[in-house]
Amino acid sequence: MNAAPGIIAISLVTVATLAIGTWGLRFSRTTSDFFVASRTVHPRLNASAIGGEYLSAASFLGVAGLVLIHGADMLWYPVGWTAGYLVLLVLVAAPLRRSGAYTLPDFAEARLGSRGVRAVCSVLVVAIGWLYLVPQFKGAGLTLRSAVGAPIWVGPVIVGVVVLANVTSGGMRSITFVQAFQYWLKLTALLVPAAVLLVVWAGDGSARPTGGDWSVPLAPGGAEGLYVTYSLIVATFLGTMGLPHVVVRFYTNPDGRAARRTTLVVLALLGLFYLLPPIYGALGRIYAPELAASGASDALVLELPRIMVDGALGEVLTAMVTAGAFAAFLSTSSGLSIAVAGVLSQDLTGRAQVRGRRLGGVTAFRLGAVVAVTVPCIVALLAPDLGVARAVGLAFAMAAATFCPLLLLGIWWRGLTSVGAIAGLVAGGLGSTVAILWTIRVPEPSGWLDTLMGQPAAWTVPLALTTMVTVSRLTRARAPADAGRFLVRLHTPETVELDRG
Amino acid sequence: MTEPGPAPTRVRVTGPPRRRPPTRRTSDIDAGTRLGGVYMRSLLREQLRLAVGVLAAMGVTIGLLPLAFYLVPELSDVRLLGMPLGWLLLGVVVYPVLVGLGWAYVHRAERNERDFAEIVSEAER
Repeated sequence: MNAAPGIIAISLVTVATLAIGTWGLRFSRTTSDFFVASRTVHPRLNASAIGGEYLSAASFLGVAGLVLIHGADMLWYPVGWTAGYLVLLVLVAAPLRRSGAYTLPDFAEARLGSRGVRAVCSVLVVAIGWLYLVPQFKGAGLTLRSAVGAPIWVGPVIVGVVVLANVTSGGMRSITFVQAFQYWLKLTALLVPAAVLLVVWAGDGSARPTGGDWSVPLAPGGAEGLYVTYSLIVATFLGTMGLPHVVVRFYTNPDGRAARRTTLVVLALLGLFYLLPPIYGALGRIYAPELAASGASDALVLELPRIMVDGALGEVLTAMVTAGAFAAFLSTSSGLSIAVAGVLSQDLTGRAQVRGRRLGGVTAFRLGAVVAVTVPCIVALLAPDLGVARAVGLAFAMAAATFCPLLLLGIWWRGLTSVGAIAGLVAGGLGSTVAILWTIRVPEPSGWLDTLMGQPAAWTVPLALTTMVTVSRLTRARAPADAGRFLVRLHTPETVELDRG
Repeated sequence: MTEPGPAPTRVRVTGPPRRRPPTRRTSDIDAGTRLGGVYMRSLLREQLRLAVGVLAAMGVTIGLLPLAFYLVPELSDVRLLGMPLGWLLLGVVVYPVLVGLGWAYVHRAERNERDFAEIVSEAER
């Protein structure tokens, strides 16, 4: 194995990321720049940044690997990750921006006027953020081992250090440029090799991938398979709106209208990107079936160019996909770290006292970022491997069962109460936690109970939703008095002069 | 000639106001009157109906695919444009459909908001 192209590619991505982050510093002056880029990011730039942040290791590596092994039913992952933005667009995007809150706990507190709800939300943001960060760090370790033969701990440490450097120095303003750059980098890094590989495939006589149920877009196992597929659809379609790093980006839009337009551009950008990973999966089925057998399917995108193309061109293409994969780790980890650090700095480090004084906004944020990156980095080094896409899938399921009901009811229903919200969040959170622990404990799932636990969204989401509605109705007297005013703020266009509370 | 008395102070003479200053309907919403409530509820209903409509369109197109392939397994053997039907639908066709639905939603939602802004900003006479 020639390690040089991989090392060069990873170094270039790292240097470019740090350079753009530093360049972005010139525009980053105030605390508002730091947290929300002063809410002036244009929809096109913002959409690229959201796309760059959203396309994680699971999208870049995981999907192709899953398609290689399981076939067309795994296409529901990218479809769900895209459709999640349509659900977000029609139900949440503009009202969320107009709420004027920065994080999910901010939104909950402003809507329900309760410190208790805020505390529960903060815990959940950190839990979901870390659940999502651990597989990113793990994936980085695998990529570096596959590309340059480095020890497994090198990847997490490099990603952790680069993310910390960028996040703590420039905050949201500079990270916006970095992530917008990384979307286009990831697209190019997947598009160009895919085009070359397709030409090679056509020259080889266009063999068709084989395998009976490989082209069935449904998980195997009859009714259980149908359940798994629909539960995955529920988790991904509804989970997107509850991911902490996605939500934070919406506050950087100038207004509700821009938030909608940004989301529409994101839909187009994601759709464009997700055309590509299945190509790798299908070509892998023809040229690299041994990868599926060896259980190294997550490395398919990284290995395929070298397998199909000999010589210098193969090395260059390998370097490209390695660079793209590394960009995926960096951008998603940055976004998640910012979201978790934002919550930690408001609710934890911002309250800490140093020599009798509270820490300032930016200092507290930096301290929060250190905690937000270090903990999952250590967990990634110690915890067992669950598979990148699968672990990310569980984070989506948890977001769908907690923040999705809170956002939907908080935005569209006056009757939500703080007690109801807490009850629903706890029910959804506990259900998801039990399912995750069960899944980690049972390596070989069999039977309905394991199926229900392995893909929990289809029962945890209704559970959380009905709990929230029922308890809110029972505690009707505690509905916040200014709920009507808050809904006015969420739903009326900014051009109309109104008292928004 | 008369003696100059103390300078008369200027008196402003006005008639009864011919018309009340125009009140905007936004004040109804701010004051939380029944009329304001009607405006707000109708905006919310319009937007929610639109959202549910878009989601329903997604549900009956994309959402029913797993059920269709479960009930009619022969669909998996159909090939179109050289690709198995499942691959063509999930790998390619869904994305333009999603973007199209999103575009239609943005278009309609902005129109709803413009209508709302026009109604409440009209001055009452």
